[in-house]
Amino acid sequence: MYKEKQKILKSTDFSKVLKRLSYQILEKDPDVDNLVLFGIQRRGVFLAKRIQAIIEEIEGRSLPLGIIDITLYRDDLTVIGPMPLVRETRVDFDINGKVVVLVDDVLFTGRTVRAALDEIMDFGRPKKIQLAVFVDRGHREVPIRADFVGKNIPTSEEEHVVVEVKELDGKDEVVVLEEQDG
Amino acid sequence: MAENFVWQRKHLLGLKSLTKDEIEFILEGAKAFKEISSRRIKKVPALRGRTVVNLFFEASTRTRTSFELAAKRLSADVVNFSSSLSSLGKGESILDTLRNLETYSVDVFIIRHSHSGAALYVSQNTNASVINAGDGQNEHPTQALLDMFTVKQKFGSLSGLKVTIIGDIFHSRVARSNIWGFSKCGAEVWVCSLPTFIPKYFETMPAKITFDIEQALKDADVVMLLRIQNERLNKQFFPSLREYRQLVTLTDDRISLLKKRTLILHPGPINWDIDIASGLKPQVHPLILEQASNGLAVRMAVIYMLMEKRQYEFAG
Repeated sequence: MYKEKQKILKSTDFSKVLKRLSYQILEKDPDVDNLVLFGIQRRGVFLAKRIQAIIEEIEGRSLPLGIIDITLYRDDLTVIGPMPLVRETRVDFDINGKVVVLVDDVLFTGRTVRAALDEIMDFGRPKKIQLAVFVDRGHREVPIRADFVGKNIPTSEEEHVVVEVKELDGKDEVVVLEEQDG
Repeated sequence: MAENFVWQRKHLLGLKSLTKDEIEFILEGAKAFKEISSRRIKKVPALRGRTVVNLFFEASTRTRTSFELAAKRLSADVVNFSSSLSSLGKGESILDTLRNLETYSVDVFIIRHSHSGAALYVSQNTNASVINAGDGQNEHPTQALLDMFTVKQKFGSLSGLKVTIIGDIFHSRVARSNIWGFSKCGAEVWVCSLPTFIPKYFETMPAKITFDIEQALKDADVVMLLRIQNERLNKQFFPSLREYRQLVTLTDDRISLLKKRTLILHPGPINWDIDIASGLKPQVHPLILEQASNGLAVRMAVIYMLMEKRQYEFAG
């Protein structure tokens, strides 16, 4: 069982972080005609949609948004437990030559991102792929790093970081959980 | 379907033994697998290094091809075994065949056999997962699942629909699987044919029986036609094709009894002008293609789910 150890971010700060991430993305990739977003199921998708909306406010145009579920590309199905439902993947635009910004909630071991990179390549050959994560909690098991980080949260491996989004969880929040004794 | 539902089965032998949650889990999963076949690279690495054997003791083109492609699109290695080309002709038993193939570390056997219960028998004699691809007159679960998936795509939900199954009910494992599957998901299933094609024991199944085609078609949301197999024509199920046409065939006149949005399904191959009037080809053809692509998605989902269950067992 896990219990809450610390609340890191509340709703208002949550939006500020998303705004900063959006500006950083635009600063690094000003050519919005070539920019596309990819959200990783599930919470990465909602975060990518929010970034899409913020960029639309700034630039007056809506970036294409792809949704990917990386379940079928994982290397750790044997250790994560019973089969998760495979959710929707939807990429209804050409990614060849585009700059892809991949969005996920928490960067931890890096294995999810590794799987996502493989999956994206099956849809075409983007010019480059960048990674935006809401939280980087460390403990990488593969050589992957993020280009845009919302919040660095040093954790121990026993802890658990949960990013909640209001579309799915009813509120925007980042919480660190720790394992409870007994 | 409950949010925290967990798939627990190692085999898929029929829909009779599945729960509503299990059926809905497969149908929900199949959506994601359908998308894979629309990609530039129609393949995912999920089952790399796994071995799937198509064990077909009875002729089949569509089902076997569909299973083969489903396994390949998941990156599994596929071996096709069909009895006409095998040592069974030399007198080898099913179990000997099974033992032989098992030496290749098979993960899934997909079996079709003319005897009811053959899939269950194989599942009791192997460590691999078993998928029933049609056993005698018992069940053909993936065909029913793809029918249900097709209907669900059109209507959103199966609950409350009137589903009418017409034709050779007696010999049909597709009819049996569909009766179990649709009724579990809340549809009202009707069967209609000549009395000789509907055995007495169907009264114990969750289906309404009628011999009146007009009653069967009235208010139906789905009409599923089953083939009258040529090989039955010589037996005493009905006096003549003409009589069958008069009483059962879905003719142009009878089509006019249907609601506008009624979905007409057929597991194929179709006997035109016996199962259904050939004038209806333009209406029925696109749906058959849709069924084929849905069949692939459903079979990918099933193979993947059974395999994942196995991996988890081995790991844990």
